Amino acid sequence: MKTAEHPEQASKFVANDQRAHWHDQALWFVREKRDRMAVSLPEWEQLRSAASQIKLHTVSRLADYLEQFEQNATKLGAVVHWARDSEEHNQIVLSLLQKAGAKQVVKSKSMLTEECHLNPFLEAQGIEVVDTDLGERIVQLRKETPSHIVLPAIHIKKEEVSETFHEHLQTEAGNNDPNYLTEAARNHLREKFLAADVGITGVNFAIAETGGLVVCTNEGNADLGVSLPKMHIACMGIEKLVPHAADLSVFLRLLARSATGQPITTYSSHFHGPSPGSELHIILVDNGRSNLMGSEQFRNSLKCIRCGACMNTCPVYRRSGGHSYGTTVPGPIGSILAPSRDSKAHKSLPFACTLCGSCTDVCPVKIDLHHELLEWRGEIHRRGQLPMSKTVPMKLTSWMMRSPWLFRWVGAIGKFCLRHLPRWAIYHGLNPWGKQREMPESPQQSFRQLYQIHESKKASDE
Amino acid sequence: MSSRDQILKSIRNQVVASVDHPGLAGDWIRYDDRVAHFATVLTAVGGAAHVVDSAEEITAELSRVPAFAHASKIVSLCDQISGNVDFDAIDDPHALEDVDFAVLPAQFAVAENGAVWVDDAAVKHRVIYFIPQHLSFIVRSPTHVADAIVDNMHQAYERISLGEPQFGTFVSGPSKTADIEQSLVIGAHGARSLNVFFLRQ
Repeated sequence: MKTAEHPEQASKFVANDQRAHWHDQALWFVREKRDRMAVSLPEWEQLRSAASQIKLHTVSRLADYLEQFEQNATKLGAVVHWARDSEEHNQIVLSLLQKAGAKQVVKSKSMLTEECHLNPFLEAQGIEVVDTDLGERIVQLRKETPSHIVLPAIHIKKEEVSETFHEHLQTEAGNNDPNYLTEAARNHLREKFLAADVGITGVNFAIAETGGLVVCTNEGNADLGVSLPKMHIACMGIEKLVPHAADLSVFLRLLARSATGQPITTYSSHFHGPSPGSELHIILVDNGRSNLMGSEQFRNSLKCIRCGACMNTCPVYRRSGGHSYGTTVPGPIGSILAPSRDSKAHKSLPFACTLCGSCTDVCPVKIDLHHELLEWRGEIHRRGQLPMSKTVPMKLTSWMMRSPWLFRWVGAIGKFCLRHLPRWAIYHGLNPWGKQREMPESPQQSFRQLYQIHESKKASDE
Repeated sequence: MSSRDQILKSIRNQVVASVDHPGLAGDWIRYDDRVAHFATVLTAVGGAAHVVDSAEEITAELSRVPAFAHASKIVSLCDQISGNVDFDAIDDPHALEDVDFAVLPAQFAVAENGAVWVDDAAVKHRVIYFIPQHLSFIVRSPTHVADAIVDNMHQAYERISLGEPQFGTFVSGPSKTADIEQSLVIGAHGARSLNVFFLRQ
C-alpha cells in the first residue's frame, strides 16, 4: 500500500495557519489538564513504574496468561475466538453476525476494529455499522477516519459538525451550540441502540485471573450498545491482557488522568461472562503483535494502553494533525507501531519527531518513545528505505564534520551567507528549515572563537 | 494448525526476558475527610453527593430535583423510595427505553475519583444503569458514612470480588462528552444527572 509521506500530508494541514494553531491549542489544553491530574497524586511516578513493570511481566508470560484468560472466560460462558490477522478477525465478526441474522450493529470505540478496517468490510456485506462514540459518529458521517485515538474529531470545528448534522440528522442550519448538537446525536443514537441486533466493543483491559474484560467510556455508549441486544462481540489485541483484577487499580488510576485529565472515565465497566440469555464473544487478535514481542528495541511499545497522552503533548502532532500520519494510531506511538507492520510504507513517520522527549515524559506506562523513534530511524536507514534527500546530505555532513578545517570553513560561509545574502537566496524551496520560520540570527563570533578568546584571557591572567 | 495454536506458538517462539510482577503494595493516597473529598470530586465531574439520615430526607431532596418531580416513569430498586415501574416483571430490556428516573443501590464509593461501584447481582437488566434520563444512587452505611467510601482504587479492588458471571461498573458522574471542540456537554447517551445519597442507617 502506497502511503503518502508525513511532510506532504502535514503541509496540507499547516496550509491553514489559523486552524493549525487552533488544533495546537485544543490539544495543549488537554495536556495541561493531564498535568494537573498527575500532580494531584503524590504517587504518580510509583504508579507509572508499577504499570510499566506489570505490562512487561505480562508480555514475558503472554502465552500462559492468554491460555488462562481463555479458560476462565470460557468458564464464565463467553466464547473465545483467535485471529492471526485482520482478515481473520473480520471474517469471525461477519460469521457471528450472520449466525445472529444481524443487519444493524452498534459499535463503541475500538482502535483494533479501525486497524482491521472492519466497518467498510461489514458495510460491503450489507450490514449497517453505527459508531456510537460521538466523536466517532461525527467522523463516520463525514466519511473520514479518526484523527486521534481518544478524541477522534479533535480536528473538526463545531461549525462543521453543525453542517454534518444538518445534512444527516436534520438539525437547524447554522446552530453551532455543542449542547444542541450533542442532544441531536443523543436522540439519533438512542434509536440506533434500540434497533441494534448486536453490539461490538473494543477492550481496554482483559484479566487473565478472572476471564473478564473492562471497557471504559465517558458517554456510556459501550454499555448501552451491549446491554440491549442479545449478542456482545468484544474485539481485543492480545496485548490488552493484565494478570490480576487488582492490577486494574494501577491502570484505571492512570488511564483517564493521562488521556483527558479526568480522575477516571465516567463508566469503567467490568464484563464477566454474558448476561443471562445473551452471548458474549471475545476475539483475540494478533495481527503482528507477537512479532513485535521478540524485538528487544520495540517490545516496549506493546505496553501502550492507548491513552493518547503522547499525541496531546507532541509538538509535531499538535501542529500537523492526526491525519498526516496516514495510520490508525497517529502521533509518537503510531510512528513506532506503523513501521513495525510495514516500514517501507511508513518510513517517514519516525522522522516526524523533534526528539524532544515530551512523549516519554508523559507516557503512563513509561514507553521510551523518543528512543524507539530514534532507533527506527537507524533501522529504516539499515533497511535501505531512506530517500536520497536524506542519505546524501547526511553523508556530506558526516564527511564535513570529520574534518575540523572543513567544518570551520563551511561554518564561516554559513554565517556569512545568513548575514549578507538577500532573503530570496536563503528562503526558498531548497531550504526546508526556512519554511514557516525565521532562520536563527547569525552570531558575530563562533563558539570556537569565543572559546579561544576565553582561553587566551585565562592564560594572560595567570 | 488452528489460529489459536499458531498465535501461541508464535508468542512462545519469541525470546523475551522474564520480568517479575512488581506487586501492588504502596503508600497510596489517603484523605483525612473521605466524604468531603468524594463530594468535591463528584461535583467536579458533574454529579452531586448528599449525606442523609433517613429515607424521608432522600425523598425531600429528590422532590427538589425537577427531573424527579416531573418524571412519569420511575424505577426504584431501593426500599426507601417508591417507583412506579415493576422492574422485575419486565422481560425485554428495550421496554425500559422511556424510564425518566432510576433510584438504584450502590455498593460503595471511591474518594479519589468520585466513583461508586455497582453490580448486577440483584439487578435483572443491567441497562437500567445506562438508559434512564436521570439517575440516583443510594449507598447505605450502617455506622459512619466514611465507612462506605474507600480512599483509592487499590482499596476498591480489595472490596470487590470478580470472576463470577456478573457485570459491575464504576460510575463517576453523569454521562458526558467533549467531542465537539472540547466543550463539555453533560448527558451524552446515559444519565443527564447523577445524585449519590449516603444513607446513615
